[in-house]
Amino acid sequence: MANSLVPVVLLAAGTLAITSMARADTLVPYTVVGDGIPQSLTGRPGDAARGRALVLDRTSTCILCHSGPFPNVKFQGDLAPNLAGVGSRWSASQLRLRLVDASRFNPATIMPSFYRVDGLVHVGQNWRDKPILSAEQIEDIVAYLATLRD
Amino acid sequence: MKRACAMLVAALLVAAAPLRAAEIPPDQRRSGYSFMGPDSKAMQDDDTANPGMLWVLDGEALWNKRPGAANNACADCHGDARASMKGVAARYPAFDKALGRPVDLEQRINLCRAQHQQAPALDYESHDLLALSAFIANQSRGMPITPDGDSQLAPFIARGHELFMQRQGQLNLACANCHDDNWDKRLAGAAITQGQPTGYPMYRLEWQTLGSLQRRLRGCMTGIRAQAYNYGAPELVELELYLMSRAAGMPIETPAVRP
Ligand code: HEC
Ligand code: HEC
Ligand code: HEC
Repeated sequence: MANSLVPVVLLAAGTLAITSMARADTLVPYTVVGDGIPQSLTGRPGDAARGRALVLDRTSTCILCHSGPFPNVKFQGDLAPNLAGVGSRWSASQLRLRLVDASRFNPATIMPSFYRVDGLVHVGQNWRDKPILSAEQIEDIVAYLATLRD
Repeated sequence: MKRACAMLVAALLVAAAPLRAAEIPPDQRRSGYSFMGPDSKAMQDDDTANPGMLWVLDGEALWNKRPGAANNACADCHGDARASMKGVAARYPAFDKALGRPVDLEQRINLCRAQHQQAPALDYESHDLLALSAFIANQSRGMPITPDGDSQLAPFIARGHELFMQRQGQLNLACANCHDDNWDKRLAGAAITQGQPTGYPMYRLEWQTLGSLQRRLRGCMTGIRAQAYNYGAPELVELELYLMSRAAGMPIETPAVRP
């Protein structure tokens, strides 16, 4: 486990950049710059319509905790902020890092890290060594969240 | 932007992720019952409407049956359960001297079947084990949970507490994240509640059947995408033990009804 994530710390243009060489077979590598991940994980922009469907799909878990601008969705959580306006509050880069690993913003957060496989305990067989969401799904959700502007 | 940067700096400075995990003060403890709507409450309160009472009645019949080679019934040794089993479920899991570890009520019943009736063990969630445990626990209905005082239980309770506080599973959540820190909130519209073990075995409307506390705990583990411990595993008994010590003084409700 310890060697599955090799952080390489660089000082680039005055900002702290951490490149995570995540396990090549499960996670694509990404670079944290400041408080975000500026580059798309897939190298392409995501699809906001697919992202909306993912956010509303319970298996993505978002609406277990969050509510949002979804007037027709019956069961929404109140453990976390309403997602309305997140596209104004956060940049795409910040939203991407939040989804990849929310504990970078708040180490005590209850929000899962959706694109991380290390540091987890007693993961069920069906989910072991897999991120909760794929790189494509993260990009689709980032694209959708960016449209939620006040 | 500034706020996020400040949070990121804080994230980098704080090495270990602390849990909020304030334990619930005794005067704020609430059974899952108090979070239910009037229909579910009424169903639990009225024995003729409470589906769990069917298991209690079956348990009473089993109490008097002679299933094993020893040809004796629970009643032959324990007499009238209304007297002999009063308060027993309120102090389980209890320390078993011969085994040197805690056993829950289901395991205790199976020990009597094996040692005293020469009958095969009943599986968790089998109709007969649910019926016998519901019948026995029903004899403690209304009585306060009074954990077994055996000092040898201390390390097992401590381990249960650790398991309760341990983040686990793909979603990386601890029992305490929901049941200590967020019991006043809703998960996808459903009340989270404090996870109190007061009503077991209980009739869950979603299951359409009675279920044990271990079934409920396994369900929560699967919910956070952790590997659920096998029925009867020491870790599940330790969790049961911790939950009962956390609920000391709360009244037993068996058979409870839950959504
Ligand atoms: C277990 C609960 C939980 C789940 C599941 C969850 N989050 Fe969160 N999320 C939180 C909490 C709590 C916060 C508030 C900040 C913190 O404590 O980290 C948050 C914060 C956020 C924020 C920043 C909100 C703001 O207004 O500042 C975004 C965006 C976000 N989550 C998106 C998502 C998405 C998208 C998903 C699903 C892929 C998701 N979350 C799943 C609990 C959760
Ligand atoms: C032959 C006598 C005998 C029979 C039959 C018997 N038991 Fe027991 N039971 C005992 C004894 C003796 C104990 C005390 C612990 C021990 O030594 O095993 C006990 C303990 C218990 C306890 C724990 C009581 C406490 O205060 O901790 C429960 C519950 C119990 N029995 C249930 C049952 C059930 C249910 C049945 C029928 C399925 C049953 N027993 C059949 C003799 C019997
Ligand atoms: C993501 C939040 C969450 C986590 C984490 C979680 N649970 Fe639950 N738990 C629930 C929900 C929702 C219910 C169903 C509503 C209720 O009764 O609380 C529940 C129900 C329960 C109940 C039944 C309460 C009753 O009234 O019958 C118990 C006991 C329980 N959980 C224990 C645990 C234990 C032990 C763990 C850790 C292994 C755990 N839970 C982890 C959300 C959670």
